[in-house]
Amino acid sequence: METGAPALVELKGVNKHFGDLHVLRDIDLTVRKGEVLVVIGPSGSGKSTLCRAINRLETIDAGEIRVDGKPLPAEGKELARLRAEVGMVFQSFNLFAHKTVLDNVTLGPRKVRGTAKAAAEQEALDLLDRVGVKNQARKMPAQLSGGQQQRVAIARALAMHPKVMLFDEPTSALDPEMVNEVLDAMVALAREGMTMIVVTHEMGFARKAADRVVFMADGQIVEEADPDTFFTAPRSDRAKDFLSKILVH
Amino acid sequence: MDDDYLSGFTALLVQYDVLGAFWTNIQLTFFGALLALVVGTVLAVMRISPLPSLAWAGGAYVNIVRNTPLTVIMTFLVLGAWTQLGLSLSTNFTWNFFWFGVVGLGFYHASFVCEAIRAGVNTVPVGQAEAARAIGLPFLSAARLVILPQAFRGAIAPLGNTLIALLKNSTVAAAASVTWETSSVMKTMIEFQPNYIWEIFLTFAIGYVILVIPIGLLTTWMSNRLAVKR
Repeated sequence: METGAPALVELKGVNKHFGDLHVLRDIDLTVRKGEVLVVIGPSGSGKSTLCRAINRLETIDAGEIRVDGKPLPAEGKELARLRAEVGMVFQSFNLFAHKTVLDNVTLGPRKVRGTAKAAAEQEALDLLDRVGVKNQARKMPAQLSGGQQQRVAIARALAMHPKVMLFDEPTSALDPEMVNEVLDAMVALAREGMTMIVVTHEMGFARKAADRVVFMADGQIVEEADPDTFFTAPRSDRAKDFLSKILVH
Repeated sequence: MDDDYLSGFTALLVQYDVLGAFWTNIQLTFFGALLALVVGTVLAVMRISPLPSLAWAGGAYVNIVRNTPLTVIMTFLVLGAWTQLGLSLSTNFTWNFFWFGVVGLGFYHASFVCEAIRAGVNTVPVGQAEAARAIGLPFLSAARLVILPQAFRGAIAPLGNTLIALLKNSTVAAAASVTWETSSVMKTMIEFQPNYIWEIFLTFAIGYVILVIPIGLLTTWMSNRLAVKR
Protein backbone atom coordinates (compact mmCIF):
# COMPACT_ATOMS: atom_id res chain seq x y z
CA MET A 1 0.00 0.00 0.00
CA GLU A 2 1.21 3.47 -0.85
CA THR A 3 1.25 5.71 2.19
CA GLY A 4 -0.94 8.75 1.86
CA ALA A 5 -3.44 6.90 -0.32
CA PRO A 6 -6.95 8.34 -0.05
CA ALA A 7 -9.32 6.98 2.62
CA LEU A 8 -11.77 4.48 1.13
CA VAL A 9 -13.72 3.39 4.18
CA GLU A 10 -14.17 5.74 7.14
CA LEU A 11 -16.02 5.06 10.37
CA LYS A 12 -16.57 7.89 12.85
CA GLY A 13 -18.11 7.47 16.29
CA VAL A 14 -20.01 4.34 15.28
CA ASN A 15 -22.23 2.84 17.97
CA LYS A 16 -24.61 -0.08 17.88
CA HIS A 17 -26.69 -1.95 20.42
CA PHE A 18 -28.37 -5.35 20.24
CA GLY A 19 -30.95 -4.75 22.96
CA ASP A 20 -28.96 -4.10 26.12
CA LEU A 21 -25.73 -5.29 24.56
CA HIS A 22 -23.48 -2.47 23.35
CA VAL A 23 -21.79 -4.29 20.46
CA LEU A 24 -19.97 -1.35 18.86
CA ARG A 25 -18.61 1.45 21.07
CA ASP A 26 -17.36 4.69 19.49
CA ILE A 27 -15.59 3.01 16.61
CA ASP A 28 -13.25 5.30 14.64
CA LEU A 29 -11.49 3.59 11.80
CA THR A 30 -10.07 4.58 8.44
CA VAL A 31 -9.07 2.15 5.71
CA ARG A 32 -7.01 3.56 2.86
CA LYS A 33 -7.16 2.53 -0.75
CA GLY A 34 -5.13 -0.62 -1.30
CA GLU A 35 -4.81 -1.35 2.38
CA VAL A 36 -5.35 -4.81 3.85
CA LEU A 37 -6.84 -4.46 7.32
CA VAL A 38 -7.21 -7.51 9.53
CA VAL A 39 -9.67 -7.35 12.42
CA ILE A 40 -9.10 -9.86 15.18
CA GLY A 41 -10.51 -10.36 18.64
CA PRO A 42 -12.39 -12.80 20.84
CA SER A 43 -15.91 -14.00 19.99
CA GLY A 44 -18.54 -11.41 20.73
CA SER A 45 -16.09 -8.54 20.41
CA GLY A 46 -18.18 -6.95 17.65
CA LYS A 47 -15.78 -7.58 14.77
CA SER A 48 -18.33 -9.32 12.54
CA THR A 49 -20.91 -6.64 13.28
CA LEU A 50 -18.36 -4.00 12.32
CA CYS A 51 -17.69 -5.77 9.03
CA ARG A 52 -21.39 -6.19 8.25
CA ALA A 53 -22.15 -2.56 9.13
CA ILE A 54 -19.89 -1.37 6.32
CA ASN A 55 -22.35 -2.53 3.65
CA ARG A 56 -25.30 -1.95 5.95
CA LEU A 57 -26.26 -5.58 6.49
CA GLU A 58 -26.35 -4.26 10.05
CA THR A 59 -27.68 -0.78 10.70
CA ILE A 60 -25.94 1.44 13.23
CA ASP A 61 -27.46 3.53 16.03
CA ALA A 62 -25.07 6.45 15.92
CA GLY A 63 -22.04 7.68 14.06
CA GLU A 64 -21.15 7.79 10.40
CA ILE A 65 -19.78 5.35 7.85
CA ARG A 66 -18.42 6.61 4.54
CA VAL A 67 -17.36 4.53 1.57
CA ASP A 68 -15.27 6.37 -1.01
CA GLY A 69 -16.28 9.66 0.57
CA LYS A 70 -20.04 9.05 0.41
CA PRO A 71 -22.08 8.37 3.54
CA LEU A 72 -23.97 5.06 3.56
CA PRO A 73 -27.42 5.58 2.07
CA ALA A 74 -30.59 4.26 3.74
CA GLU A 75 -32.59 1.45 2.12
CA GLY A 76 -33.33 1.76 -1.57
CA LYS A 77 -31.61 2.05 -4.93
CA GLU A 78 -28.72 4.13 -3.59
CA LEU A 79 -27.90 1.46 -1.03
CA ALA A 80 -28.06 -1.28 -3.65
CA ARG A 81 -25.62 0.72 -5.79
CA LEU A 82 -23.22 1.06 -2.86
CA ARG A 83 -23.41 -2.63 -2.03
CA ALA A 84 -22.52 -3.46 -5.62
CA GLU A 85 -19.22 -1.65 -5.02
CA VAL A 86 -18.48 -3.39 -1.73
CA GLY A 87 -17.71 -7.08 -2.11
CA MET A 88 -18.68 -9.38 0.73
CA VAL A 89 -17.55 -12.89 1.57
CA PHE A 90 -19.49 -14.65 4.31
CA GLN A 91 -18.50 -17.27 6.84
CA SER A 92 -21.17 -19.64 5.50
CA PHE A 93 -20.39 -18.94 1.78
CA ASN A 94 -24.06 -18.25 0.96
CA LEU A 95 -23.81 -19.30 -2.67
CA PHE A 96 -27.23 -19.17 -4.35
CA ALA A 97 -28.26 -22.80 -3.81
CA HIS A 98 -30.56 -23.04 -6.86
CA LYS A 99 -28.03 -21.70 -9.36
CA THR A 100 -24.92 -23.21 -10.91
CA VAL A 101 -21.49 -21.93 -9.93
CA LEU A 102 -21.28 -19.98 -13.19
CA ASP A 103 -24.74 -18.42 -12.70
CA ASN A 104 -23.79 -17.48 -9.14
CA VAL A 105 -20.91 -15.42 -10.49
CA THR A 106 -22.75 -13.89 -13.46
CA LEU A 107 -25.98 -12.97 -11.62
CA GLY A 108 -24.70 -9.66 -10.23
CA PRO A 109 -22.97 -8.43 -13.40
CA ARG A 110 -25.98 -9.34 -15.54
CA LYS A 111 -28.81 -8.12 -13.31
CA VAL A 112 -27.14 -5.21 -11.53
CA ARG A 113 -24.64 -3.97 -14.13
CA GLY A 114 -26.55 -5.08 -17.22
CA THR A 115 -23.55 -6.90 -18.70
CA ALA A 116 -24.34 -9.09 -21.72
CA LYS A 117 -24.54 -12.83 -20.99
CA ALA A 118 -21.53 -13.88 -23.09
CA ALA A 119 -19.26 -11.18 -21.67
CA ALA A 120 -20.39 -11.90 -18.10
CA GLU A 121 -19.75 -15.63 -18.54
CA GLN A 122 -16.33 -15.04 -20.07
CA GLU A 123 -15.28 -12.87 -17.16
CA ALA A 124 -16.83 -15.28 -14.65
CA LEU A 125 -14.80 -18.14 -16.11
CA ASP A 126 -11.63 -16.04 -15.90
CA LEU A 127 -12.38 -15.24 -12.25
CA LEU A 128 -13.17 -18.87 -11.44
CA ASP A 129 -9.89 -19.79 -13.11
CA ARG A 130 -8.05 -17.28 -10.92
CA VAL A 131 -9.39 -18.91 -7.76
CA GLY A 132 -8.83 -22.39 -9.18
CA VAL A 133 -12.38 -23.70 -9.61
CA LYS A 134 -13.00 -23.11 -13.31
CA ASN A 135 -13.64 -26.83 -13.88
CA GLN A 136 -16.56 -26.68 -11.40
CA ALA A 137 -18.41 -23.93 -13.30
CA ARG A 138 -21.38 -26.07 -14.38
CA LYS A 139 -21.95 -27.73 -10.99
CA MET A 140 -24.41 -26.79 -8.29
CA PRO A 141 -22.95 -25.31 -5.07
CA ALA A 142 -23.98 -28.35 -2.97
CA GLN A 143 -21.69 -30.54 -5.14
CA LEU A 144 -18.60 -28.53 -4.13
CA SER A 145 -16.42 -28.76 -1.03
CA GLY A 146 -16.52 -25.89 1.45
CA GLY A 147 -13.18 -24.55 0.26
CA GLN A 148 -14.34 -24.60 -3.36
CA GLN A 149 -17.61 -22.90 -2.44
CA GLN A 150 -15.81 -20.13 -0.61
CA ARG A 151 -13.49 -19.54 -3.58
CA VAL A 152 -16.58 -19.29 -5.82
CA ALA A 153 -17.99 -16.78 -3.33
CA ILE A 154 -14.79 -14.73 -3.70
CA ALA A 155 -15.12 -14.86 -7.50
CA ARG A 156 -18.79 -13.84 -7.22
CA ALA A 157 -17.83 -10.77 -5.19
CA LEU A 158 -14.94 -9.88 -7.53
CA ALA A 159 -17.22 -10.05 -10.57
CA MET A 160 -18.82 -6.80 -9.42
CA HIS A 161 -15.41 -5.01 -9.56
CA PRO A 162 -15.74 -3.85 -5.96
CA LYS A 163 -13.74 -0.98 -4.55
CA VAL A 164 -13.29 -2.86 -1.30
CA MET A 165 -13.75 -6.46 -0.21
CA LEU A 166 -15.14 -7.43 3.18
CA PHE A 167 -14.36 -10.90 4.53
CA ASP A 168 -16.44 -11.99 7.53
CA GLU A 169 -14.55 -14.96 9.04
CA PRO A 170 -14.16 -16.56 5.60
CA THR A 171 -12.39 -19.69 6.83
CA SER A 172 -14.19 -20.34 10.12
CA ALA A 173 -16.71 -22.79 8.66
CA LEU A 174 -14.11 -24.76 6.70
CA ASP A 175 -12.50 -28.11 7.40
CA PRO A 176 -8.85 -27.48 8.35
CA GLU A 177 -7.42 -28.93 5.14
CA MET A 178 -9.40 -26.43 3.08
CA VAL A 179 -8.41 -23.29 4.93
CA ASN A 180 -5.23 -22.72 2.97
CA GLU A 181 -6.77 -22.87 -0.49
CA VAL A 182 -9.06 -19.98 0.52
CA LEU A 183 -6.30 -18.03 2.27
CA ASP A 184 -4.06 -18.41 -0.79
CA ALA A 185 -6.74 -16.84 -2.96
CA MET A 186 -7.03 -14.00 -0.45
CA VAL A 187 -3.28 -13.44 -0.27
CA ALA A 188 -3.14 -13.30 -4.07
CA LEU A 189 -5.91 -10.71 -4.03
CA ALA A 190 -4.07 -8.65 -1.41
CA ARG A 191 -0.89 -8.73 -3.51
CA GLU A 192 -2.85 -7.35 -6.48
CA GLY A 193 -3.66 -4.26 -4.43
CA MET A 194 -7.28 -4.93 -3.50
CA THR A 195 -8.52 -2.97 -0.50
CA MET A 196 -9.58 -5.59 2.03
CA ILE A 197 -11.14 -5.69 5.48
CA VAL A 198 -10.75 -9.18 6.87
CA VAL A 199 -12.30 -10.46 10.07
CA THR A 200 -10.44 -13.65 10.86
CA HIS A 201 -8.85 -15.93 13.39
CA GLU A 202 -6.06 -16.85 10.96
CA MET A 203 -3.00 -15.21 12.46
CA GLY A 204 -0.87 -16.61 9.65
CA PHE A 205 -2.86 -14.61 7.13
CA ALA A 206 -2.59 -11.50 9.28
CA ARG A 207 1.21 -11.83 9.44
CA LYS A 208 1.56 -12.61 5.75
CA ALA A 209 -0.84 -10.20 4.09
CA ALA A 210 -2.02 -7.51 6.51
CA ASP A 211 -0.84 -3.92 6.38
CA ARG A 212 -2.47 -3.25 9.70
CA VAL A 213 -4.08 -5.24 12.47
CA VAL A 214 -6.98 -3.99 14.53
CA PHE A 215 -7.68 -5.76 17.81
CA MET A 216 -11.23 -5.53 19.13
CA ALA A 217 -12.68 -6.51 22.49
CA ASP A 218 -16.10 -5.75 24.02
CA GLY A 219 -17.16 -3.66 21.05
CA GLN A 220 -14.15 -1.38 21.18
CA ILE A 221 -10.99 -1.05 19.14
CA VAL A 222 -8.37 -1.77 21.79
CA GLU A 223 -5.26 -1.71 19.69
CA GLU A 224 -4.13 -0.89 16.14
CA ALA A 225 -0.69 -1.67 14.81
CA ASP A 226 1.26 -3.17 11.93
CA PRO A 227 1.27 -6.97 12.20
CA ASP A 228 4.91 -7.30 13.32
CA THR A 229 4.48 -4.85 16.16
CA PHE A 230 1.14 -6.29 17.16
CA PHE A 231 2.22 -9.91 17.30
CA THR A 232 5.63 -9.32 18.89
CA ALA A 233 4.92 -6.37 21.16
CA PRO A 234 1.23 -5.91 21.93
CA ARG A 235 0.65 -2.97 24.25
CA SER A 236 -2.69 -3.68 25.89
CA ASP A 237 -3.30 -6.39 28.46
CA ARG A 238 -6.38 -7.60 26.53
CA ALA A 239 -4.32 -8.17 23.40
CA LYS A 240 -1.51 -9.85 25.33
CA ASP A 241 -4.02 -12.14 27.01
CA PHE A 242 -5.75 -12.94 23.69
CA LEU A 243 -2.50 -13.65 21.88
CA SER A 244 -1.17 -15.83 24.69
CA LYS A 245 -4.27 -17.97 24.40
CA ILE A 246 -4.10 -18.51 20.65
CA LEU A 247 -0.38 -18.52 19.92
CA VAL A 248 0.95 -21.04 22.45
CA HIS A 249 -0.41 -24.11 20.66
CA MET B 1 -79.82 -54.60 -8.78
CA ASP B 2 -81.62 -55.12 -12.08
CA ASP B 3 -80.69 -53.72 -15.46
CA ASP B 4 -83.48 -51.15 -15.52
CA TYR B 5 -82.32 -49.63 -12.30
CA LEU B 6 -78.74 -49.36 -13.55
CA SER B 7 -79.64 -47.97 -16.94
CA GLY B 8 -81.99 -45.51 -15.24
CA PHE B 9 -79.04 -44.24 -13.20
CA THR B 10 -76.64 -43.97 -16.13
CA ALA B 11 -79.31 -42.08 -18.06
CA LEU B 12 -79.40 -39.63 -15.16
CA LEU B 13 -75.66 -38.94 -15.50
CA VAL B 14 -76.22 -37.92 -19.12
CA GLN B 15 -79.45 -36.06 -18.51
CA TYR B 16 -77.89 -33.82 -15.89
CA ASP B 17 -74.47 -33.55 -17.61
CA VAL B 18 -72.41 -34.65 -14.63
CA LEU B 19 -69.16 -34.56 -16.61
CA GLY B 20 -69.95 -31.03 -17.70
CA ALA B 21 -70.51 -30.07 -14.07
CA PHE B 22 -67.09 -31.46 -13.12
CA TRP B 23 -65.56 -29.65 -16.07
CA THR B 24 -67.02 -26.39 -14.72
CA ASN B 25 -65.38 -27.00 -11.33
CA ILE B 26 -62.08 -27.85 -13.02
CA GLN B 27 -62.26 -24.57 -14.94
CA LEU B 28 -63.16 -22.63 -11.79
CA THR B 29 -60.21 -24.29 -10.06
CA PHE B 30 -57.78 -23.61 -12.91
CA PHE B 31 -58.53 -19.90 -13.24
CA GLY B 32 -59.02 -19.49 -9.49
CA ALA B 33 -55.65 -21.10 -8.78
CA LEU B 34 -53.95 -18.92 -11.38
CA LEU B 35 -55.41 -15.78 -9.83
CA ALA B 36 -54.63 -17.01 -6.29
CA LEU B 37 -51.01 -17.72 -7.26
CA VAL B 38 -50.48 -14.27 -8.76
CA VAL B 39 -52.22 -12.35 -5.97
CA GLY B 40 -50.73 -14.61 -3.28
CA THR B 41 -47.20 -14.07 -4.58
CA VAL B 42 -47.70 -10.31 -4.60
CA LEU B 43 -49.03 -10.50 -1.02
CA ALA B 44 -46.07 -12.64 0.08
CA VAL B 45 -43.60 -10.15 -1.42
CA MET B 46 -45.45 -7.35 0.38
CA ARG B 47 -45.29 -9.22 3.67
CA ILE B 48 -41.52 -9.85 3.46
CA SER B 49 -40.71 -6.39 2.08
CA PRO B 50 -38.59 -3.96 4.11
CA LEU B 51 -41.36 -1.32 3.86
CA PRO B 52 -43.45 -1.54 7.04
CA SER B 53 -46.58 -0.07 5.39
CA LEU B 54 -46.55 -2.71 2.61
CA ALA B 55 -45.90 -5.50 5.09
CA TRP B 56 -48.77 -4.23 7.22
CA ALA B 57 -51.18 -4.02 4.26
CA GLY B 58 -50.29 -7.56 3.19
CA GLY B 59 -50.80 -8.85 6.72
CA ALA B 60 -54.13 -7.05 7.05
CA TYR B 61 -55.40 -8.53 3.77
CA VAL B 62 -54.43 -12.06 4.76
CA ASN B 63 -55.96 -11.84 8.21
CA ILE B 64 -59.23 -10.34 7.01
CA VAL B 65 -59.76 -12.53 3.95
CA ARG B 66 -58.51 -15.79 5.44
CA ASN B 67 -60.89 -15.43 8.36
CA THR B 68 -63.97 -14.60 6.28
CA PRO B 69 -66.15 -17.54 5.15
CA LEU B 70 -65.91 -18.15 1.40
CA THR B 71 -69.70 -18.29 1.13
CA VAL B 72 -69.88 -14.76 2.54
CA ILE B 73 -67.33 -13.55 -0.03
CA MET B 74 -69.19 -15.23 -2.91
CA THR B 75 -72.55 -13.90 -1.81
CA PHE B 76 -71.08 -10.42 -1.42
CA LEU B 77 -69.60 -10.55 -4.92
CA VAL B 78 -72.88 -11.42 -6.60
CA LEU B 79 -75.38 -9.55 -4.42
CA GLY B 80 -73.09 -6.67 -3.46
CA ALA B 81 -70.59 -6.08 -6.22
CA TRP B 82 -72.84 -7.11 -9.09
CA THR B 83 -76.45 -6.44 -8.13
CA GLN B 84 -75.91 -3.37 -5.95
CA LEU B 85 -72.68 -1.80 -7.23
CA GLY B 86 -73.24 -2.75 -10.84
CA LEU B 87 -69.79 -4.29 -11.39
CA SER B 88 -69.75 -6.73 -14.27
CA LEU B 89 -67.01 -9.14 -15.37
CA SER B 90 -68.59 -10.34 -18.60
CA THR B 91 -71.38 -9.22 -20.91
CA ASN B 92 -72.54 -12.84 -21.03
CA PHE B 93 -74.99 -13.39 -18.18
CA THR B 94 -73.80 -16.87 -17.16
CA TRP B 95 -70.07 -16.23 -17.70
CA ASN B 96 -70.43 -13.18 -15.49
CA PHE B 97 -71.33 -15.50 -12.60
CA PHE B 98 -68.51 -17.84 -13.53
CA TRP B 99 -65.93 -15.05 -13.38
CA PHE B 100 -67.30 -13.79 -10.07
CA GLY B 101 -66.81 -17.35 -8.85
CA VAL B 102 -63.21 -17.28 -10.09
CA VAL B 103 -62.57 -13.90 -8.46
CA GLY B 104 -63.99 -15.10 -5.15
CA LEU B 105 -61.97 -18.30 -5.21
CA GLY B 106 -58.79 -16.51 -6.36
CA PHE B 107 -58.79 -13.66 -3.86
CA TYR B 108 -59.86 -15.92 -0.99
CA HIS B 109 -57.19 -18.56 -1.60
CA ALA B 110 -54.59 -15.89 -2.33
CA SER B 111 -54.32 -15.41 1.42
CA PHE B 112 -53.49 -19.12 1.88
CA VAL B 113 -51.06 -19.04 -1.06
CA CYS B 114 -49.37 -16.04 0.57
CA GLU B 115 -48.91 -17.93 3.83
CA ALA B 116 -47.68 -21.05 2.02
CA ILE B 117 -45.06 -18.98 0.18
CA ARG B 118 -44.09 -17.25 3.39
CA ALA B 119 -43.56 -20.67 4.96
CA GLY B 120 -41.41 -21.45 1.91
CA VAL B 121 -39.43 -18.23 2.43
CA ASN B 122 -38.68 -19.43 5.96
CA THR B 123 -36.97 -22.51 4.49
CA VAL B 124 -34.50 -20.22 2.66
CA PRO B 125 -31.51 -19.40 4.89
CA VAL B 126 -31.19 -15.70 5.68
CA GLY B 127 -27.68 -15.79 4.19
CA GLN B 128 -29.20 -16.20 0.72
CA ALA B 129 -30.96 -12.85 1.04
CA GLU B 130 -27.86 -11.24 2.52
CA ALA B 131 -25.70 -12.50 -0.34
CA ALA B 132 -28.24 -11.21 -2.87
CA ARG B 133 -28.26 -7.79 -1.22
CA ALA B 134 -24.48 -7.81 -0.92
CA ILE B 135 -23.98 -8.05 -4.70
CA GLY B 136 -26.23 -5.02 -5.09
CA LEU B 137 -29.59 -6.55 -6.01
CA PRO B 138 -32.46 -4.28 -4.91
CA PHE B 139 -35.19 -5.91 -2.80
CA LEU B 140 -37.51 -6.85 -5.68
CA SER B 141 -34.72 -8.39 -7.77
CA ALA B 142 -33.39 -10.29 -4.77
CA ALA B 143 -36.93 -11.60 -4.12
CA ARG B 144 -37.52 -12.54 -7.75
CA LEU B 145 -34.13 -14.04 -8.58
CA VAL B 146 -32.96 -15.57 -5.31
CA ILE B 147 -35.60 -15.82 -2.58
CA LEU B 148 -38.83 -16.78 -4.38
CA PRO B 149 -37.38 -19.47 -6.68
CA GLN B 150 -36.11 -21.28 -3.59
CA ALA B 151 -39.20 -20.45 -1.52
CA PHE B 152 -41.55 -21.94 -4.15
CA ARG B 153 -39.65 -25.22 -4.05
CA GLY B 154 -40.00 -25.29 -0.29
CA ALA B 155 -43.67 -24.35 -0.55
CA ILE B 156 -44.85 -26.97 -3.05
CA ALA B 157 -46.46 -29.22 -0.44
CA PRO B 158 -48.47 -26.44 1.30
CA LEU B 159 -49.32 -24.96 -2.13
CA GLY B 160 -50.60 -28.40 -3.15
CA ASN B 161 -52.81 -28.48 -0.06
CA THR B 162 -54.15 -25.04 -0.96
CA LEU B 163 -54.90 -26.23 -4.50
CA ILE B 164 -56.79 -29.23 -3.13
CA ALA B 165 -58.80 -26.96 -0.82
CA LEU B 166 -59.47 -24.64 -3.76
CA LEU B 167 -60.75 -27.51 -5.92
CA LYS B 168 -63.16 -28.63 -3.23
CA ASN B 169 -64.14 -25.05 -2.40
CA SER B 170 -64.95 -24.44 -6.07
CA THR B 171 -68.38 -25.88 -5.20
CA VAL B 172 -68.98 -22.74 -3.11
CA ALA B 173 -69.20 -20.90 -6.45
CA ALA B 174 -72.82 -22.03 -6.17
CA ALA B 175 -73.19 -19.09 -3.79
CA ALA B 176 -72.13 -16.86 -6.69
CA SER B 177 -74.97 -18.33 -8.76
CA VAL B 178 -72.78 -20.73 -10.76
CA THR B 179 -75.72 -23.14 -10.82
CA TRP B 180 -74.20 -25.58 -13.32
CA GLU B 181 -71.31 -26.68 -11.11
CA THR B 182 -71.20 -30.03 -9.29
CA SER B 183 -72.83 -29.35 -5.91
CA SER B 184 -75.71 -27.47 -7.55
CA VAL B 185 -76.20 -30.23 -10.12
CA MET B 186 -76.10 -32.83 -7.35
CA LYS B 187 -78.73 -30.92 -5.41
CA THR B 188 -81.03 -30.81 -8.43
CA MET B 189 -80.50 -34.50 -9.17
CA ILE B 190 -81.33 -35.53 -5.60
CA GLU B 191 -84.38 -33.32 -5.57
CA PHE B 192 -85.81 -34.90 -8.70
CA GLN B 193 -84.49 -38.46 -8.36
CA PRO B 194 -84.42 -39.22 -4.60
CA ASN B 195 -84.57 -42.97 -5.30
CA TYR B 196 -80.95 -42.73 -6.51
CA ILE B 197 -79.75 -40.63 -3.58
CA TRP B 198 -76.77 -42.83 -2.60
CA GLU B 199 -75.63 -43.41 -6.15
CA ILE B 200 -75.78 -39.70 -6.86
CA PHE B 201 -73.85 -38.79 -3.74
CA LEU B 202 -71.18 -41.44 -4.36
CA THR B 203 -70.79 -40.33 -7.98
CA PHE B 204 -69.81 -36.84 -6.91
CA ALA B 205 -67.80 -37.94 -3.89
CA ILE B 206 -65.74 -40.42 -5.91
CA GLY B 207 -65.39 -37.89 -8.73
CA TYR B 208 -63.66 -35.48 -6.33
CA VAL B 209 -61.50 -38.21 -4.83
CA ILE B 210 -60.31 -39.07 -8.35
CA LEU B 211 -59.46 -35.42 -8.98
CA VAL B 212 -57.79 -34.76 -5.61
CA ILE B 213 -55.57 -37.81 -5.17
CA PRO B 214 -53.35 -37.14 -8.21
CA ILE B 215 -52.78 -33.55 -7.03
CA GLY B 216 -51.49 -34.85 -3.70
CA LEU B 217 -49.27 -37.45 -5.37
CA LEU B 218 -47.95 -34.94 -7.88
CA THR B 219 -47.08 -32.28 -5.30
CA THR B 220 -45.33 -34.80 -3.04
CA TRP B 221 -43.29 -36.03 -6.00
CA MET B 222 -42.46 -32.49 -7.15
CA SER B 223 -41.61 -31.37 -3.65
CA ASN B 224 -38.99 -34.13 -3.38
CA ARG B 225 -37.69 -33.72 -6.89
CA LEU B 226 -37.33 -29.94 -6.84
CA ALA B 227 -35.98 -29.64 -3.29
CA VAL B 228 -32.97 -27.31 -3.17
CA LYS B 229 -29.89 -29.25 -2.09
CA ARG B 230 -27.76 -27.40 0.45
